[in-house]
Amino acid sequence: MLANFDFSVITSSLPYLFFEGMRFTLTLTALAALGGIALGTLIAMMRLSGLPVIPLVAKTYVNLFRSLPLVLVIFWFYFLVPYLGQWVTGADRPMTVGAFTSSLVTFTLFEAAYFSEIMRAGIQSIPKGQAAAAQALGMTYWTSMRTVILPQVFRNMTPILLTQTIVLFQDTSLVYVLSITDFLGAASKVAQRDGRLVEMYLFAAVVYFAVCFVASMAVRQLQKKIAIIR
Amino acid sequence: MRAPLNTSSAPAEPTGPMIAMTNVSKWYGDFKVLTNCTTSVNKGEVVVVCGPSGSGKSTLIKCVNALEPFQEGQVVVDGTPVRDKRTNLPKLRARVGMVFQHFELFPHLSIAENLTLAQVMVLGRDRGAALDSGMTLLDRVGLSAHAKKFPGQLSGGQQQRVAIARALAMNPIVMLFDEPTSALDPEMVGEVLDVMVQLAREGMTMMCVTHEMGFARKVANRVIFMDKGEIVEDATKDDFFGHARSERAQNFLSKILQH
Repeated sequence: MLANFDFSVITSSLPYLFFEGMRFTLTLTALAALGGIALGTLIAMMRLSGLPVIPLVAKTYVNLFRSLPLVLVIFWFYFLVPYLGQWVTGADRPMTVGAFTSSLVTFTLFEAAYFSEIMRAGIQSIPKGQAAAAQALGMTYWTSMRTVILPQVFRNMTPILLTQTIVLFQDTSLVYVLSITDFLGAASKVAQRDGRLVEMYLFAAVVYFAVCFVASMAVRQLQKKIAIIR
Repeated sequence: MRAPLNTSSAPAEPTGPMIAMTNVSKWYGDFKVLTNCTTSVNKGEVVVVCGPSGSGKSTLIKCVNALEPFQEGQVVVDGTPVRDKRTNLPKLRARVGMVFQHFELFPHLSIAENLTLAQVMVLGRDRGAALDSGMTLLDRVGLSAHAKKFPGQLSGGQQQRVAIARALAMNPIVMLFDEPTSALDPEMVGEVLDVMVQLAREGMTMMCVTHEMGFARKVANRVIFMDKGEIVEDATKDDFFGHARSERAQNFLSKILQH
């Protein structure tokens, strides 16, 4: 049965798949993860701030994004952001927002909701006495967060943050709805051009699996290495 | 004789209150944890605060540097009112050293970094100067060999001595101790108390929540006894351990001194 398959389509399209497709996927994953962790940390701090209103804003943000399907948000941003930009800048016509920018903004905002929950758990897991000790030494909230609390949180939570990033890596394939050439998009274009759907989708699955599996193993190794001695 | 631990100034002559508390009251919701607490700690004085658990001793001492907010009354530290919106609390806290029951060293930083972090971030000292003063103090608590280690590699007693050195590195005008030996294994209590005794003898102003009555006998000027959020006794050491006082304090003393 395999005789009917032509796997040479894979080798001939490798440069396109990796230099175009995978490069986009990895760039989007890395930037969205960094942005999402930064924004998520801020949201987690807002949520735990104990100030009036602000925790509610953070909570609403998280609940909103966690209740929406990612594909819907991707669509929504892609078609809405140009008009939002027009409204904000008061321009005559909708702002031109590239597919990459649009998807980067979408993933950053969306993932921030998930990262913020990880960071919130991380901050809450640091004993209250640590913040008290930092305060007692005269540190302001921001100094103690930056030098005492968050470094410990990042060290404790890095494995979970990376695991979430692996999930993000898989989720970026959803940009296919915008006809973007990410790795899956590239594979799918080749598949349809050459009529080699089974081969290409099989190959794409193998690549996604290999990347995620290796990354998970690496995370596990890292976890052993960076644990704080208590 | 070791070099002095207190690098901030020459032993201050006991004049004027360093800490003055007037009618401090505090509630957690409906529950009143502190009731009209009034006392003072003079410069160069060592005051021990004792009492049964849940009596509000730790809460009281944390009111001094406003780690615990309180709703009524006032605490004045070296002329600065704590419960005043205009008071720059971080600035005040930087001058008030505090040692915690659970040490609270920063586990992600080495001992040397623990000693220098606040000096650099809060006092704005340069790293070299901060490290110098940190290492001097570490030497004086007898732990200079451990500068590169992390807190988790030290015993409880060693960690607490580092915590004392960390507080002293800020050149505090007063030191607060919140049950500094309660989380220690018995054989390590002595080494921490030795450091505290040395500090007291050098004239450091100290307010110590502790059950170590031996320490109180040795260096305290006054002993405050608390029960149910109230200051029941506020007496000189000799009066407190000597003669007649409240029944509750007698009861407490008989319980902790009979062993």
